[in-house]
Parts: sequence; structure tokens; C-alpha cells
Amino acid sequence: MKILYFAWIKERIGVATEEVSPPEEVGTPRELAAWLAKRGDNYAAAFEDLEVIRVAIDQQEQTLDTPLGAPSEVAFFPPVTGG
Amino acid sequence: MGRVLVRVQPDDFDVAEELDRLAALPGVGAVAQFVGVVRDRPADDPASATADAPTVVGLELEHYPGMTETALQSIAERALAGWPLAAATILHRVGALTLGDRIVLTAAASPHRHAAQEACAFMMDRLKTDAPFWKRELMSDGAARWVAARATDDFASKRWDP
Repeated sequence: MKILYFAWIKERIGVATEEVSPPEEVGTPRELAAWLAKRGDNYAAAFEDLEVIRVAIDQQEQTLDTPLGAPSEVAFFPPVTGG
Repeated sequence: MGRVLVRVQPDDFDVAEELDRLAALPGVGAVAQFVGVVRDRPADDPASATADAPTVVGLELEHYPGMTETALQSIAERALAGWPLAAATILHRVGALTLGDRIVLTAAASPHRHAAQEACAFMMDRLKTDAPFWKRELMSDGAARWVAARATDDFASKRWDP
């Protein structure tokens, strides 16, 4: 699946988007974040506080505990600050 | 049936042109608008403080192509469903902006003023909490920082909940 990062999450990880193949037991965005956090210190820093992270599955905002299903893209981002 | 115009763009927009287009629609007697601009004082200290505190000299605005446009479209359509509008417009800039630049325009056209004013406020309040944009403030001392979401924006948005 395609993962997208925005704002300071993207800055901390160092990439805007990547393709990943998480194992089957990763069933929610929270579990996906925990799995990604093991990829390195930059990921761990980005996902250190999930309270300040929002998620969209296939461009629909969801909770961190929404079942992932088989999405084509999952995005992690901070609370929005437009306008 | 109302009409929606939504755009996300790096370029500035012409407010007068957008409002003139709305004013010319059949049955329209009121056009309400909100324009947000790049402010000199940082988001976390808008009243600011000391004269020598660093000021904002620019913004970088990031968005989620696809999801952002869909969110704006949905907000404008909900405005049309909630008020008797002839049209609703949301324009939002992305990329590098400097002090005083326009960031966003929301506008609503209706037969009478209250619907236009309320719908315009609704769209802006919802945009603040529902549309995927992220602001990074560039400061006069060379620092740059991502703006944090504000609880007051959540309250402002929730007041429109049914």
C-alpha cells in the first residue's frame, strides 16, 4: 500500500510517500504506525505521540482504530491548520 | 439548484472578479465574503507581546492533493444544502506566501443577507477543522515552525453541528 506523510510528520521521516507491505497482523492505522515506527529513529520520532496524528484511509479521514481493509493509500498528518 | 466553485491553487485570486460573478447570478441580492491573509503575528501569539518579538514574514502551505479538493467541495455543498444560496465559492492558496498575501476566500450569494453571511461563516469554520491544509510560519529571525491546531477553531466549527 501507498503511505503518505504531511507537514512535520513528513519532515521527521524524510519522505513524502512510500510503498510498504505490512504483515497481515497490521489491521488498523494504529498498528500500522507502530509497525512503521520500528523502521528507524526518524519514524519513531514521527510516531512518538499518536494523540497528535490524524489518519486518512483512501482519502477519507478515519480513527486510528478503524479497520484498514485493503486500502490503496493511507495518509498520516497532524491536525489541519488551513484558512 | 446551487452552484459550487472550489479551487486550490498557488496563484493569487481576484476577489472583485469572484464577487462580481456571484452578484450577477439571477435572484442574488446579497454576497458575503471572507478573505484570510498572512498575518505578521504568529498563530500562537496573535496579540504579541514585545516589540522585538520575531514576526511572521511568510507562510508555506501544504495540502493533500485530491483529498483537499474533495473536502472543500463537500463543505461548499453542505452550505448549499443548509441555506438558500445561489452559489458558494471556496478558493485556497498553497505553496509559498508572504506577509499580507491572500490565503483563502469563502463567498456565498443568496437573495438576502443572513443566508449569505451565515453560509460564508459556516464554510470558513468548517474549512479550519475539516480541510487538509498545513501552515508553516517563516519568522523574521529565520526560524520556521508548523502551526498547531487551535481549540477555538474546534469550538467554532462545532457550533454548526446539527
